[in-house]
Amino acid sequence: MTASPFFRRVCRTACAALVSMWVIAAATAAAADYPPVVRGTPLSFPQDEGSHPQYRIEWWYVTGWLQDDSGESRGFQVTFFRNRPGLDEGNPSRFAAHQLLFAHAAISDPQVGRLLQDERVARAGFGLAEAREGSTDVVIEEWSLRQEGQTYRVRIPGKDFELALDLAATQPPLLQGDGGFSQKGPDPASASHYYSQPQMAVSGRINVGGRDIAVRGTAWFDHEWSSTLMDDAAQGWDWMGINLEDGGALMAFRMRDGQGRAHWAAAGRRRGAGATETSVYRPEQVEWHPQRTWRSPRTGIEYPVEWRVRVGEAWYRVRPLFDDQESDSRRSTGTIYWEGAVELLDEAGNAAGRGYLELTGYGTRLRM
Amino acid sequence: MTGARSQLFAALVTGPLRHAAGRTVLAVVVIALGVALGLGVTLVNRSAASEVSLAARSLFGLSDLVVQGTGAGFDEALFPVLARLPAVALANPVVDVPVRVVGQQTAVTALGIDFFRAARMQPSIGVDAPRTNLSPLAADAVFLSPAAARDLNLKEGDTLTVQVGLAPVSFQVAGILPAAAYRQRAMVLDIGTAQWRLGQLGKLQRVELRLRSGAATEEVQQQIAALLPPGVTVTTPGAETDEALRLTRAYRSNLTALALVALFTGAFLVHSTQSLAVIRRRREFALLKAMGVSAREQIASTLAGGAIVGSVGALCGVGLGIVIAAAGLNAFGADLGAGYFRGIAPSLKVEWLDVAVFFLLGTAAAIAGTLRPAVAAARVPAALALKAGDIEDPAVRGNTIAGVGLWVLAGGLLLLPAIDGLPLAGYAAIALVLIGAVFLMPAVTRLMLRLLPETRSVPWQIATAHLRGTARQATTSLSAILVSFSLMVAMAVMVTSFRTSLDQWLEKILPADLYLRAGFTSETAFLDADDVSALVALPEVERVDANRFAQLAVAGLNTPLALIARPIKEQDAGRTLWLEAAATNAVPGDAQPVWISEAAADLLSVRSGDAFTGSIGERAVRFSVRGIYRDYERQNGGVVIDHDAYVRLTGDVRANAAWLWLESGADVDALVDRVHERLPGLAEFDVRRPGEIRAITLRIFDRTFAVTYLLEVIAVCIGLAGIAASTSAQVIARRAELGVLRHVGLLRRQVGFMLAAEGGLLGAVGVLAGLVIGAVVSLILIYVVNRQSFHWSMDVYFPWTLLMVLSLSLVAAAALTAVWSGRLALRDDVVRAVKEDW
Repeated sequence: MTASPFFRRVCRTACAALVSMWVIAAATAAAADYPPVVRGTPLSFPQDEGSHPQYRIEWWYVTGWLQDDSGESRGFQVTFFRNRPGLDEGNPSRFAAHQLLFAHAAISDPQVGRLLQDERVARAGFGLAEAREGSTDVVIEEWSLRQEGQTYRVRIPGKDFELALDLAATQPPLLQGDGGFSQKGPDPASASHYYSQPQMAVSGRINVGGRDIAVRGTAWFDHEWSSTLMDDAAQGWDWMGINLEDGGALMAFRMRDGQGRAHWAAAGRRRGAGATETSVYRPEQVEWHPQRTWRSPRTGIEYPVEWRVRVGEAWYRVRPLFDDQESDSRRSTGTIYWEGAVELLDEAGNAAGRGYLELTGYGTRLRM
Repeated sequence: MTGARSQLFAALVTGPLRHAAGRTVLAVVVIALGVALGLGVTLVNRSAASEVSLAARSLFGLSDLVVQGTGAGFDEALFPVLARLPAVALANPVVDVPVRVVGQQTAVTALGIDFFRAARMQPSIGVDAPRTNLSPLAADAVFLSPAAARDLNLKEGDTLTVQVGLAPVSFQVAGILPAAAYRQRAMVLDIGTAQWRLGQLGKLQRVELRLRSGAATEEVQQQIAALLPPGVTVTTPGAETDEALRLTRAYRSNLTALALVALFTGAFLVHSTQSLAVIRRRREFALLKAMGVSAREQIASTLAGGAIVGSVGALCGVGLGIVIAAAGLNAFGADLGAGYFRGIAPSLKVEWLDVAVFFLLGTAAAIAGTLRPAVAAARVPAALALKAGDIEDPAVRGNTIAGVGLWVLAGGLLLLPAIDGLPLAGYAAIALVLIGAVFLMPAVTRLMLRLLPETRSVPWQIATAHLRGTARQATTSLSAILVSFSLMVAMAVMVTSFRTSLDQWLEKILPADLYLRAGFTSETAFLDADDVSALVALPEVERVDANRFAQLAVAGLNTPLALIARPIKEQDAGRTLWLEAAATNAVPGDAQPVWISEAAADLLSVRSGDAFTGSIGERAVRFSVRGIYRDYERQNGGVVIDHDAYVRLTGDVRANAAWLWLESGADVDALVDRVHERLPGLAEFDVRRPGEIRAITLRIFDRTFAVTYLLEVIAVCIGLAGIAASTSAQVIARRAELGVLRHVGLLRRQVGFMLAAEGGLLGAVGVLAGLVIGAVVSLILIYVVNRQSFHWSMDVYFPWTLLMVLSLSLVAAAALTAVWSGRLALRDDVVRAVKEDW
């Protein structure tokens, strides 16, 4: 369930569209007919790796840990969002905003001590910004995430940094939830189609502070699409996606209500590199317990950056690469959240895996 | 200087000022008026120019280059090509069309933008974007610039209905943009929405480009220019801003020149009053000289007096000028009523450098006006001056050769072309003509005085004898009358010629019985083919001529020419156009016949019979100039083409206006009603009879010239005041003489007649000379200044009645002030007046 920042914006646009429909009776066509997310719909590859333009929202999300030759670790995150605002779809203009694309990228460098980040927003069209169907191929001008066979190529020339990474799949896709149907709340109407590609082998280079650095590492790839994701009771969520040391993968999330209580939760685990079976966990089998908080000096928001998490019988500790991995996108998207590289430790304190943790809705409610 | 001497110096400076308080006040007022007018006009111009620059800059944001088409726009396929250029960091496509607000005659600029891209080009949109419930992307959402919200009186949530074709299209005001975003009267909407709902599918008017850092702008500009279809240009935002200013520069500089004339006249009046004062105070000076005051001190004291008058006047003028500028901006707008800057509302910007310059100009004018009289006074031999009162060297010392020389020089200047679009040589010629006339004035005065008839009337004989005897004083007064009156005459002749020419031109170019237009926003408001057919089908309509207003781009011209497509044939072009010249050659095989306005001919440097290449839309076409016509409507150049030829070239059958010829005896009122029934999208003011159009146009003309009229009235007042001042100065100086005349038996009535004759004669001579010089200056204004500034010709018409009334008023004013001053002079005891002087 990743990556919320742009949802607020995306949602605002979509919700606003609905409001304007109600307010202005004489408005254009009826609200767009977004397809529902239905349990039991099989995912088919490679078709489902591409865009699903009929659905309201969709994202491709890459996170991972990178090591350079000196052994230094950095985290990175690249997300491309697609949104169908459902506004005036009869507009024949080639500029009409039938599909919007957003992208956000960040590097977590402990040497910098905060996120280096940049973003892009565009309407799809003219080949300058597109999300193709049939295979993963999302482009916003010079930013791109392209699939070539089993390899994903990430090209992000950002403001203060640059990412040029190739990600090779080492395992088959991991279907989250019920065969790719991921329920997000008590009502099965709140759900998404969701698969992951864990344990991707990363090679390439990054540029930080004007310095080109060759890197290798391990990444986690998510692809998710939906029309109705978050129900009214949800305030935000806590999510993590971890590449386990044993070659397995762990994804866990919980939705929080206005009082900060778990409103819904779920998890999925692939045991070992060769495993084809995925363990799926029900809400009552997943617990999140904050252990330590960090208060952002910029926004004053307090984030629980260290956790104890139970998934089935297993207890884990989650520890950040460094504390200040707050993503402040108020200027562009109106959202503040925490999204950073974390280490997973088992009960004995041994390294169990590395991945990314996402904490949303701690400042204001995330509107979905 | 010792204490006593400095006290004496102070007395020398202020004494005369206090002594002749009335004249001092007049001089102060005249300088103040000149400074106020000059500064006022300059400040208004400055505010307008700065607002135009700001507005242009706000439009283009942070862009380095602007790819621009004509109003009809260009194919949007160019946008991705530009966006992909390696040197381009950001391409911002814009739909920019004026649209008419339904029910109003005004237009707003509709800007269709991609908010995501525009926010990067214009950070102010993104950062302070208004909070709104309506998605900016919704097809009915518009954001208004503060200027549009104010002028249209709309706020968030209100409905704004604009006209597309003849149909109303409604939008919701989703928010008001921050003031920094756009200064124009603009409605901003999503680019997709704009293309769709404003009938601009597939078209863009502009793509703004920001280059990658390190890219060489000029190189990229050339590279892009090579990619562009005909009619599409790539310029820098700076060039666009300059262009916006260039279009109004001639108007603004002419207004400034007019205001400076007031200051010039003011300086001249100071000169004449000071000269008279110096003559009057000759004995005083001589006495001082005898007492040991040096010539230098004497000059210094006179000049200091002038400086005081000048600086006090300039100070008042500066304050008044700021007030005038503020009031003018409020009442008439940035163009002082001329209609050049629609949709911007500048606030007054007081540039302190301007204030300082005009303060110094005012002070310097007064000092310069005092300089010659001061030197003259210092040269007076003490003994001669002490001996008698007003004895004056009767020889008029003019400089006929210098005068004629200046006139020849002026004639040479008139042959020069405009400098940088401004008629600077013309202005210089006018100044030389005036100065030359002043040099020649003594000779003329001498001649005129010799021609005066002799009668047996004693007062008449005394009057003429006195005038001959005080020729230098007379010349000084006459020069003041000459300068102010000739400028007055010149302005009157110019405005009358323009107005009469306009009136006759209107009659010529409005031959039809009824005119109908779908608004001035030709790309969005139009009649389609069905609408025109509906008009043709109306009973009692004999013929309908559809007019299409488009644009014609010519390489090398920054602004496209206005293209008017309407039925026109070579043999009868002169029936609907005021032709100044017609071609005699045959149309070359590959060329389209067109008629071009004088402004277009000047811009293109072509004559009738010549050919030129331009582009309509994105198509390059060869044109043959069949004639050059007079056009007071489109100052930036117009081109008339036959409607059928235009449709053949473009396939565009839309019309913006229609001329209706009716069957004889048709009921026009009933027809107007039927037109509105058939085409309900037309507003009441869209259908006009030729008479109404004429009346409206002349009303606009008068409004445009309101400021000119105002300046003219002030010039008349200054002129009259000057005449009154010099006359009364002379009369008061002659109290003793008048006393003697009364003693020797002249009746009060006879003295009055004598003074009236003197004043009237003096006035008449000045007025006659002023009429002649004014006529010459008016011809320069009409044939040189006006032609070079506005590129249109006009015929000369003299407003005889007005000139007669003005002349008689001036003569009468001179006579009356003389009599009135005489009354004042003789009010006291006559005997004492005589005594006092000896």
